[in-house]
Amino acid sequence: MLTSTRRHVLSATAALAVPALLPRSAIAQRRPSELKVGISTFLSGPASVFGVPGRNAADLLIEQMNRAGGIGGVPVRSIVIDEAPGVDFLLGECRRLVQNEGVDAMLASISSGSCLAVAPLAEQLRMPTILWDCGTQRIFEEASYRYAVRTQANAVPEIVAPLLYLAKVRPDFRTLAVVNQDYAWGRDSWAIWKAAMDAVKPGVRVVAELFPRFGATDFSTEITRLLALRPDVIFSTSWGGELDTFIRQAAERRLFERSTFVLPLAESSLERVGKTLPEGVIVGARGDHWFLHPTAKDTPLLRDFVQSYRSRFNLYPIYPTFHMAQALFALKAAYEKAIAANGGTWPSREQLMDTLRGLEFDHLTGRMKIREDGQGLEPMLIGMTKHVPEYPFPVIDRMVLFPPELTMNPIGTKGLDWVRLLTPAAVQRAPAEIPYRA
Amino acid sequence: MALLLLLAVLDGLAYAAQVFMVAVGLTLIFGVLRVLNVAHGSFFAIGGYVAASLGAAIAAAGFSSALALPALLLASAIVGALLGPLIERLILARIYDKEQVLQLLVTFALFMILEDVQKLIWGVQPIFQDAPVRSLGQVAVGDIVYTVYQLYLLPGVALAVLVGLMWFLRRTLTGRVIVAVTEDREAATALGIDADRVYLFTFTFGVALAALGGALASPTTSLVPGIGVNMIVLSFAVVATAGLGQIEGAALTALLIGLGRSVAVYFAPEFEVVIPYLIMVAVLLVRPHGLFGRPQLRRV
Repeated sequence: MLTSTRRHVLSATAALAVPALLPRSAIAQRRPSELKVGISTFLSGPASVFGVPGRNAADLLIEQMNRAGGIGGVPVRSIVIDEAPGVDFLLGECRRLVQNEGVDAMLASISSGSCLAVAPLAEQLRMPTILWDCGTQRIFEEASYRYAVRTQANAVPEIVAPLLYLAKVRPDFRTLAVVNQDYAWGRDSWAIWKAAMDAVKPGVRVVAELFPRFGATDFSTEITRLLALRPDVIFSTSWGGELDTFIRQAAERRLFERSTFVLPLAESSLERVGKTLPEGVIVGARGDHWFLHPTAKDTPLLRDFVQSYRSRFNLYPIYPTFHMAQALFALKAAYEKAIAANGGTWPSREQLMDTLRGLEFDHLTGRMKIREDGQGLEPMLIGMTKHVPEYPFPVIDRMVLFPPELTMNPIGTKGLDWVRLLTPAAVQRAPAEIPYRA
Repeated sequence: MALLLLLAVLDGLAYAAQVFMVAVGLTLIFGVLRVLNVAHGSFFAIGGYVAASLGAAIAAAGFSSALALPALLLASAIVGALLGPLIERLILARIYDKEQVLQLLVTFALFMILEDVQKLIWGVQPIFQDAPVRSLGQVAVGDIVYTVYQLYLLPGVALAVLVGLMWFLRRTLTGRVIVAVTEDREAATALGIDADRVYLFTFTFGVALAALGGALASPTTSLVPGIGVNMIVLSFAVVATAGLGQIEGAALTALLIGLGRSVAVYFAPEFEVVIPYLIMVAVLLVRPHGLFGRPQLRRV
């Protein structure tokens, strides 16, 4: 009896003490009254052309989510911070959100530099973090993170897919020029393209490597140079106002008549540049999304989103809005799966992160998976511009949805090394084209 | 090779014209007011936005696209007339006798405020209004297509501004009064010149010139948040290389930078971004006060 009593006392003490010794976040949590989600995005500067649509999509989707009962019955509240002032500012703001505002999860960021800094901070703070838009492949190649995942692809498939598309539709190209912005993305994306091109289509001569200043407002000199050189292909991963300017200046000077353009980020510029952008330009959307997505176009989910986004913001949604949707849908799916696995109890941060890894979830245009290393896997939609009477801007025709198995390096490999191992046979494995239909 | 050099020169002239249009207002304001105006880039951006809005309004009203060209001038006049007197009287007039560091901070704060004002009014989506370029058409040099706007109009306007400004400062009474105040404000005031009015006029004129630079750039470029920052950095390089307050120097430096950059794009593209700053460093190493600058005695 005495032994039994002592055992009971010891058990009870242990039961009380063990949770106290564990980190607070490692045990199941009480259901909060609201789920606070910090979102970092560009609200100012040139990249706000992506950041503000991303924020707008978050506002819209969170409202819709809350009307439908929130996440696991808990309403979601977003707190948005501007990443434009730089990495130090962003890290300070992230700390403030976690330590003062008590956010439950972070959605970070657009800039790759921001994500490279936020992911280690997420580890320090044990803050569940979804990288919602940044593209650098280095994040999960150079480190392993417990508290960070990415709900979209990365720069490797974003560049390999348009290359395979080009090699498929224009197999005879022999010369190429690049015009990229002079900063990390411009240089890194060119390095991936060059390495992959040398493997997939050896012998192509690069006749010009032009890297105008980031924020350049005038490309006339570059355009004159390209008019004189007449490369078969002009490749540019520029974006935002600079891509719009380049497209318009190139169109005014008939550069499109001399070369085939490959613009992997141009889906985001289509509505702005209108039919200035001619037919036959190869464009991408940084993932498996477009407001007229070939397989999801008529689904209620995508149709309702496009309608409500357009009626509120008077614009068609572009890729950052889809990336934001992917992040929020992944967060919701992971919470609800973890709650179910937890017997209805609100999950700990660690349980949430464990659920995110390997998670398969539906989003606006399909279904995608987060790999065990935290990297998202999604197809890449690449196609060619076409003018149709239904829209005052080009639509995407001859679409190919490149599966991640074809364009993404496996876990444990480095993207830049992996693309060097590609072979010309990769082009033949590209899926069939899907034509645009009204 | 000769054709390549010709193309490089043509591109360089067009770029130099754009650079000069932004830098000339900055150097004029510094020359007279002795204030290094960081907000100058904002006037460039606002000039562009107002011109694009006017162009869009003209197109929406169904008027001829030829009106888009005078609208560029009108936009710069509107921006100069509205913002120039307001900012000079309310803000700058209070800091003329303050330390230069304070002046820099105040104009930087003004720049930040005006950046947000632009976002409030025009949003963050790139804005483009190319009616003036389209209305003038294209011209071919060999088999290379240029726009008339780029090849003739931009350099033509820049040359007109340069010649007009030199004539104005040297041949008109108002211009001579400005030069007098620039040389010695105390002596000019003792002679009965109203220096405050000169400051007000010069600043307004400088703002209008920056706005004209933006208005002229707007048909060829997308207006986006932050466009003013990029221009102000380059303008400072031009003004520092030219010598602060030197209009002819600004023209020569803009030409050097324009030609240097385009030659780099043709023959050594990796140097394109650094060319303006390499030129600046090279000039300042040899002539620390700039190409046309004069050493000044420091009063202790």
